[in-house]
Amino acid sequence: MAISMNWVRDYVDYKDVDLKEVADKITRAGINIEQVESKYIPNLVTGEVISCEMHPDSDHLKVCQVNVGDHKEQIVCGAGNVRTGIKVIVALPGAILPGDFEIKASKIRGVESNGMICALFELGLEEKTEESYNRGIEELDPATPVGVDVCKHFGWDDTCYTLDLNPNRSDCNNHIPFSYEVAAVLGEKVTLPDITTHPVKETIDGKLNLKIETDNCPMYNAKIVTDVKIGPSPEFIKHRLEVAGMRSINNVVDISNYVMLEYGQPLHFFDRDKLGDTILVRMAEDQEKIVTLDGKERNLSKDDIIITDGKKPVCIAGVMGGLNSGIDENTKSIVIESAIFDSYHVRYTSINHELRSEASLRYEKGLNYEYCTMAIERACHLLEKYADAKVLSGTMTHDVMDKTPKEVTFTLRQVNDLLGMELTKQDALKSLDGLGFEYEVNKDEFHVTIPNRRLDVEAHVSDLAEEIGRLYGYDHIESKLPTGEGRPGRYIGLVADRKLVSKRLRSLGLNEARTYTLISPEEDQLFRYHHQTPIALLRPMSTDKSIIRQTLLPSLVKTVEYNKARGTKDVCLYEIANTYFNEEEEDTLVSIAMMGNYLTPTWQGAKMKVDFYLIKGIVEDIFDYMGLKNRYTFVKETTPDLHPGMSAKILLDREEVGVIGRVHPSVMKDELYVAEFSLKKLASKKIKPIKFKEISKYPSVTKDMAFVVSKKVPAEDLLAQIKKSGGRLLTDIHIFDVYVGENVGQDEKSIAFSLTFQDPNKTLQDDEVMKVFNKIISDVEHKLGAVLRDK
Amino acid sequence: MKEKIEQLQKEIEIKVKEVKTLKEWNDLKVEYLGKKGPISAILSGMRDLSIEEKKETGKLVNELKETVGILLDEQRAQIEAKELEEKLSKEEIDISLPATKIPVGTPNILEKLIEESEELFMSMGYDVVEGPELEKDYYNFELLNLPKGHPARDAQDTFYTKGEELLLRSQTSPVQVRTMLANEEKEPLRIVCPGKTYRRDDDDATHSHQFTQMEGLLIDKNISLADLKGTFDIIAKKLFGIERETRFRPSFYPFTEPSVELDISCFNCGGKGCPLCKHTGWITVGGAGMVHPRVLENGGYDPKEWTGFAFGFGMERLAMLKYGITDIRTFYTNDLRVTDTFNRTEAE
Repeated sequence: MAISMNWVRDYVDYKDVDLKEVADKITRAGINIEQVESKYIPNLVTGEVISCEMHPDSDHLKVCQVNVGDHKEQIVCGAGNVRTGIKVIVALPGAILPGDFEIKASKIRGVESNGMICALFELGLEEKTEESYNRGIEELDPATPVGVDVCKHFGWDDTCYTLDLNPNRSDCNNHIPFSYEVAAVLGEKVTLPDITTHPVKETIDGKLNLKIETDNCPMYNAKIVTDVKIGPSPEFIKHRLEVAGMRSINNVVDISNYVMLEYGQPLHFFDRDKLGDTILVRMAEDQEKIVTLDGKERNLSKDDIIITDGKKPVCIAGVMGGLNSGIDENTKSIVIESAIFDSYHVRYTSINHELRSEASLRYEKGLNYEYCTMAIERACHLLEKYADAKVLSGTMTHDVMDKTPKEVTFTLRQVNDLLGMELTKQDALKSLDGLGFEYEVNKDEFHVTIPNRRLDVEAHVSDLAEEIGRLYGYDHIESKLPTGEGRPGRYIGLVADRKLVSKRLRSLGLNEARTYTLISPEEDQLFRYHHQTPIALLRPMSTDKSIIRQTLLPSLVKTVEYNKARGTKDVCLYEIANTYFNEEEEDTLVSIAMMGNYLTPTWQGAKMKVDFYLIKGIVEDIFDYMGLKNRYTFVKETTPDLHPGMSAKILLDREEVGVIGRVHPSVMKDELYVAEFSLKKLASKKIKPIKFKEISKYPSVTKDMAFVVSKKVPAEDLLAQIKKSGGRLLTDIHIFDVYVGENVGQDEKSIAFSLTFQDPNKTLQDDEVMKVFNKIISDVEHKLGAVLRDK
Repeated sequence: MKEKIEQLQKEIEIKVKEVKTLKEWNDLKVEYLGKKGPISAILSGMRDLSIEEKKETGKLVNELKETVGILLDEQRAQIEAKELEEKLSKEEIDISLPATKIPVGTPNILEKLIEESEELFMSMGYDVVEGPELEKDYYNFELLNLPKGHPARDAQDTFYTKGEELLLRSQTSPVQVRTMLANEEKEPLRIVCPGKTYRRDDDDATHSHQFTQMEGLLIDKNISLADLKGTFDIIAKKLFGIERETRFRPSFYPFTEPSVELDISCFNCGGKGCPLCKHTGWITVGGAGMVHPRVLENGGYDPKEWTGFAFGFGMERLAMLKYGITDIRTFYTNDLRVTDTFNRTEAE
């Protein structure tokens, strides 16, 4: 959508301004102008073909002598319609046509040619179609003077603004509302266009029955014009529609669009002979049908507002007319509709029928009832002028519009308090004058009436402050900082835990990943240890992002694969993200994936490969870091898509909080280990504060022992038994060797322990240690079927 | 006797200097200070002397012993130092061989920027608050002055789940209302809410259906656009360099009135105009405004008594600008070769 500044000049009388500077001012006042484009083409003149002969070396080119005013030029032309005596548009050398096409003096098949005779589509004034191409070069009115600047003569020396509007100011897509913004920055006034008509004696009374049977049409104006002559539009209308991005069709259709582009009020023209003498506006019935102007049959519903001829639908209100009542080249008499329909319903209908038009977009944003009344008069004025129409006296009107004026009273102090500036009364009044807002000033009180055209401005001081401030200029604001009670900010709730765990994982060498919340149904089928019902989107963009994930593991596996495909084979990742189940229940999961080398093998020979025990160590570190030492256990359990022999669930205070294991080779062949647990559950646990513990000053004794035991007995059981039997003197225990092989039975393993004994109150004696040591051996042998190795 | 002792001392002094190894040193020590050595011999010969002579000789012998002890210690230290030097000279390594690195992970690029911003805001007294991503229409739209059918809902087509009442939030603003409502004492409020947001966009180099916002809200008494400007100045300078200038451009957001766009002077050209700033000298980095009175009211704050400002940044956009990233998908593919280059600090 673009604005023609020539058009705007009809309403704002500005002279000698730099339109680029104006555009900048308007942008700074909040109406964003994305592009300023001059439509002026230099070296484009009118000419007369004074002779036209066949090119000696071509069967379709002609060599023309063209009078271009002060001299004549020889131009080679290939158009079928070029002939002696016609007036044409000549692009002389130096002219730059749309598409950066520069005209140069040249030789065409050996014959000198000093310019180009142009068709409208070559000037960007018409769409290039088979039809326009076949029509050939533009033939000007024989009365056109020769040798004059074409752009200036026809009003094509236009500058156009391409707008990027905020959703509340879509009114500025129309020339009159936009003119108020131009006037405001230039300190000018807006003059509205001529809407006077010369109605004939014949009146509309008795010729049209108007009935409105729905609350969704607060205003409906109808007028009748007769004796319409359909033909081409005058050049200025054609050009202006073109600039605005609409195609010229014929004078009547163009006028309807032209008026819409002036006021923003869409009009609808019915062929009166097809319509008959009744207009009835109502809600459609379910399954009611209409064939719209684009030839498609539409199935209506009770939420669509329609215009009927009393029986059948003739128009979907605000969206598109029916084929059964539209204007065609034989139309003589027209019923003009200028109405306001409920924006919510028009929006619903246009989305529902996938019919978004220039008209429906305007209805959706809401319309000004004053313009609704003016626009119909303006259309009659133009139809009289450019289609020889006779306007019947009188207007059929339905009007239940709420016309309560929007008024607001405020003080300058209130405005300055919001804006943080010190405007004077004069400053404020200057802004209001510029915008064309009416006001009364009573001492310090402003009483402002908001114009109806400004649907976006509410009767509230903050809205008025914005209007005043944006014109006055926010560059006048002097920065300051909020005062008030100072205290440092902090992380609230689970955010604090997330940051702590995140930083800890990074210090453990894991890289933070950030992946998408939405996954595919296939991904949703993976790692379903959570057994939750999937949450699907109502209208996904694509199936691969249609489900809200309940585990992060599929996303991390994908990320590992992505890195692997790019040559990174040592991948240590984590992600902390929210997941949802049962619609609104939220969890925050910590998810870890590790593959390859943890420590890059060094030239000295050090290496550390990722295995189950390393990722277990990472998980334990996080739990310990969160103050949960000795409160968690790993319980072997087969988990979906994890290796059945290398997977476990993680229990915290006997409650399941997560899973750990190697990814099943059917999901990923590489040795990829993952873990996932609920941060929410970890953070919900009460923990004890840190307390200093004195280290015993008496010497400790370290002794080793190894047991051969069935492979089925978990090391954890042995540790638990040793601890229990060791009592208070056993202060530390760790496993330093695990052996499986020929020196033990096939179903056996040997586990070696290093035990530390210490008494906090005295030096331990050998016999005391031995007593405990032997008790441990005897207990482990008896209770777990183990045998002390190398007894 | 005295001469004999002086003679002995001279002899030892010469011999000690000749000692080169610890073994030689040890032998020398046994030779002279041992039971069979000359000093022991003198002492055992003393029994035939008079009391006066005994006294005299004893004193001389003790002095001799002391002197010899010092000489021996000095020599030993020298030998040890020399031996250590020789040993170390054989232990020289090639210090140019690669170092042994302990792995340290890096944050996601967005998280790095979020953490930096959070630190700044916390230092200014803002709490960091989060809220649900699967949100009620009521919080995401209605309480934010966006009733059903509002035209501005169009601009942010939303992912709904069941029943059009629950959605993936299209903005982090619902956290603001939730926090306002939760603050029952209606005290002044300073919060930032970073988080994931979602809109119906097809993913390409500049669009992402999932993105990250960081919004801020400050509610107090007598707050104006000037307070917002000052706050924005600090953010702009911290994130994009101390020489950044700022400006406001009028804009529209349903939940603020007046609303502004937040522009910074182009850090690429310094404001002269370049392709990055589309030759305007300015780059838009966020949106802001004074909290709409209706939103204050919805949050339980009386707009007659309280005012406030709110601002919002798209973290992807900030990161793309700051680091020169051209594809928004970079943040979500997690290519470790890329994130590795972010594992460092930056100058202020």
